[in-house]
Amino acid sequence: MKEVYLDNNATTKVDEAVFEEMRPYFCELYGNPSSMHFFGGQVQSKVNEARVRVADLLGAAPDEIIFTACGTESDNAAIRSALEVFPDRKHIITSRVEHPAVLTQCRNLRQKGYRVTEIGVDGAGRLDMEELKASVDDDTAIVSLMWANNETGVIFPVEEAAAIAHAKGAFFHSDAVQAIGKIPINMANSSIDMLSLSGHKLHAPKGIGVLYLRRGTPFRPFLVGGHQEKSRRAGTENAAAIIALGKACQLAAQHMEDENTVVKAMRDRLQDALMTAIPYARINGGGTERLPNTTSIAFEFVEGEAILLHLSEFGICASSGSACTSGSLEPSHVLRAMGVPFTCAHGSIRFSLSRYTTDEEIDIVIREMPPIIALLRKMSPFGREHLKAQA
Amino acid sequence: MWDYTPIVKDHFLNPRNVGDIPDADAIGEVGSLACGDALKLYLKLDENKDKIVDAKFQTFGCASAIASSSALTEMVKGKTLDEALAVSNQDIADFLGGLPEEKMHCSVMGQEALEVAIFKYRGMEMPQHDSEHDHGPAYPDYEGEIVCKCFGITDAFLKKVIETNSLTTAEQVTNFTKAGGACGGCIPKIKDLIAQVLGEATAKPRVRPEKLSNMKKMQLIQEVLERDIRPLLWADGGDLELIDIDGSNVQVAFRKACAGCASSGNTARMVEAKLRDLVAEDIVVEEVSQ
Repeated sequence: MKEVYLDNNATTKVDEAVFEEMRPYFCELYGNPSSMHFFGGQVQSKVNEARVRVADLLGAAPDEIIFTACGTESDNAAIRSALEVFPDRKHIITSRVEHPAVLTQCRNLRQKGYRVTEIGVDGAGRLDMEELKASVDDDTAIVSLMWANNETGVIFPVEEAAAIAHAKGAFFHSDAVQAIGKIPINMANSSIDMLSLSGHKLHAPKGIGVLYLRRGTPFRPFLVGGHQEKSRRAGTENAAAIIALGKACQLAAQHMEDENTVVKAMRDRLQDALMTAIPYARINGGGTERLPNTTSIAFEFVEGEAILLHLSEFGICASSGSACTSGSLEPSHVLRAMGVPFTCAHGSIRFSLSRYTTDEEIDIVIREMPPIIALLRKMSPFGREHLKAQA
Repeated sequence: MWDYTPIVKDHFLNPRNVGDIPDADAIGEVGSLACGDALKLYLKLDENKDKIVDAKFQTFGCASAIASSSALTEMVKGKTLDEALAVSNQDIADFLGGLPEEKMHCSVMGQEALEVAIFKYRGMEMPQHDSEHDHGPAYPDYEGEIVCKCFGITDAFLKKVIETNSLTTAEQVTNFTKAGGACGGCIPKIKDLIAQVLGEATAKPRVRPEKLSNMKKMQLIQEVLERDIRPLLWADGGDLELIDIDGSNVQVAFRKACAGCASSGNTARMVEAKLRDLVAEDIVVEEVSQ
C-alpha cells in the first residue's frame, strides 16, 4: 500500500539530493573534521560549507550556528545557559503550549526552586501578550516561546515577545523547529538571542539540530569536553548529518515560496473540503496566523486513535491530539490550554503537509475521511440528537 | 503504534453488534466524553428473563475500546445473567488474544458496563449519569470517595479492580482504570488502596481465639501464613514455605529474595509476632534451611 504521508510535523522524508550529499561521508570520506591531516580537512571544509548554508537560510552569520544532536538538545542548552549566565535570576517564562522539550525542562527546574510562569493562550491559540508583559521582571533569566506550534501551526509574535523580554534584560529563546523552512526567518532583522532548529523537520535526517546563538550573547555550554563548535558544544561532529542539513537548508530556501503557495493551497483545499463534508468539526487555531502546511481539525463525538487507525487502513498517515495515541491518558496539553471542549479534544486530527505532498494524496483524504467520521459517529453513544437534527 | 492482535484489529474494523436495542431489558452505561471513552451496552433477554438473546453496543473510544465492546457482546449472547456476570475483564482481553497493558482499562470498561446493566436490571437503584455534559464519575455505580479527580474514579471501584485483577503497583492500576494517568496527584492514594486491599484480603480473623485444639491451631497457623504473611513477603520479592508444625513450634524456610537475606532473622521475628498476635501467644518460629 502506498503511503499518503500527511504527518510532516512529526518527521519528513529525507530529500534525495540531501541523501546524495551526505552519502560519501560514511564509508569513503569518514575522516574526523578536527584532524590535522588532509583526510579530515576535506570533511572540515564540507562542514564549514554546511554551516554557511544553514546560516544563509536563517539570515545569520556562520559563527552563530552551533550544531547539536536535535531540537530538544538545543532547547535544553539554551535554557540552561541562560540560568548559568544569570545565577541570581530565578525566573523562567514559557507558554502552556510549548513542546515538551521546553516544558518538561522548565517543570523540572521548578522542582529545583526556580519560578516558572507558563503564559496562557486564547481559544484561537494566540499568546496572551498582556500576561507576558506583566510577568517579565528583573528576576527573569529567560523567556522561551515557540515560533510556531507543532499541533496547530499557530504562529507566535516572537519578535514582539523578544522586545518585552529584553526590556527587563532577560534572554529570549525561540523553539523554531516547526517554523524553519516553512516561513521566512531573518535573524539579521531580529533581536532574538537563541533559536532551535531540527533537521528532520525539513527533509534532513534525524539526529541533527542547531542552536542559533546571536553574536555577543554570553553562553555556557551544555556539553563540555572537546573544542568542537568553538567549545560551545563538545563532541565529535555528526559530519554526514551536518552536511545533509546544509543541503536541506539550501533546498528549503529555494522551496520557501512553494511552501506558502502550492503547499498552502493544498492545505486550504483539504481543510475546506473536510469542513464542508463533515458537520460538527472545527479547525483548532483557525482564523489565526498559522504555518502554511498544518491544519488541526477537531471532530466532535469521536476519538482520535480510532480515526487514525481507520485512516491507516487507506495508507493515510496523520496524527492526533488524542490521549490514546500517545500512551498518556489526557488529550493534548495544547488543545486543553486553548480550551478546546472535551467533546472534541479527543477527536482532533492533525494533517501536516510538505513540498512532497501531491494533489492525489489530498484527494484520497477528502474521499476517505468523511465516511470514517460517519462510521465512528454511528457507533458513538454521543451526539446522536445533534446529528439526527442535522440530517 | 500500538501492537494490537489481529483479533483486536478485526473487531475494531468490523465491529459486531453495533447499535441500540429499543426495547432492551438491561442497559449499562459507563465512561464519559471527557474521560475519552464511553460505552453503552444494551441487553435483550429471553421470555424467562434469564438468558441474553441479543446484545448491542455504542462506544466512543479508541480501537481497543471498540474491539472490547464488540468482543463483549459476542461473549455474552446466549449466556444466562449469572453466567454473564462471571465474565471478567481478563476474559474479554483473552477473547481478543490480549490487549497492550496500557489498554487494559478498555476491557475493564466492558466488564463494568455488563455488570452495571445486570445489576440495574435486577433492581438495584443506580444514579443517572449525564455523561455528555459533566465530567462526573466514570463508574457512577461504584459510590465512594473520588480518588482520581481527573477521571472521576472512586475508591470503591479501584478496590474492586485491584482485587479482581490482583494488581500490586500503581502503574498497573493506571493501565486498568486510567486512575492516576493524568496529573498523577492520586498515586499515593492508589498505593494506599493497594496496601489496603492486600491487607483486607487477610484482615478478617483479627481476633486471637481464646482456646485452640492442636488441629485448629495448625489450621489457623497455615491460614495466617497464607493470608497475612506471604503477601507481605511477595511485595518485596520474597516468600516462605511452611516446613513443619510441632505444637507451638513453627518451622519455616525462606524462599526467593528472603532466602539468604541478611535480615531474614528479622523477618522470622515478624512472622512470629504476627502468629502470636493472631493464633497463640506461645508460638515460636524457627527458620530452617531446608
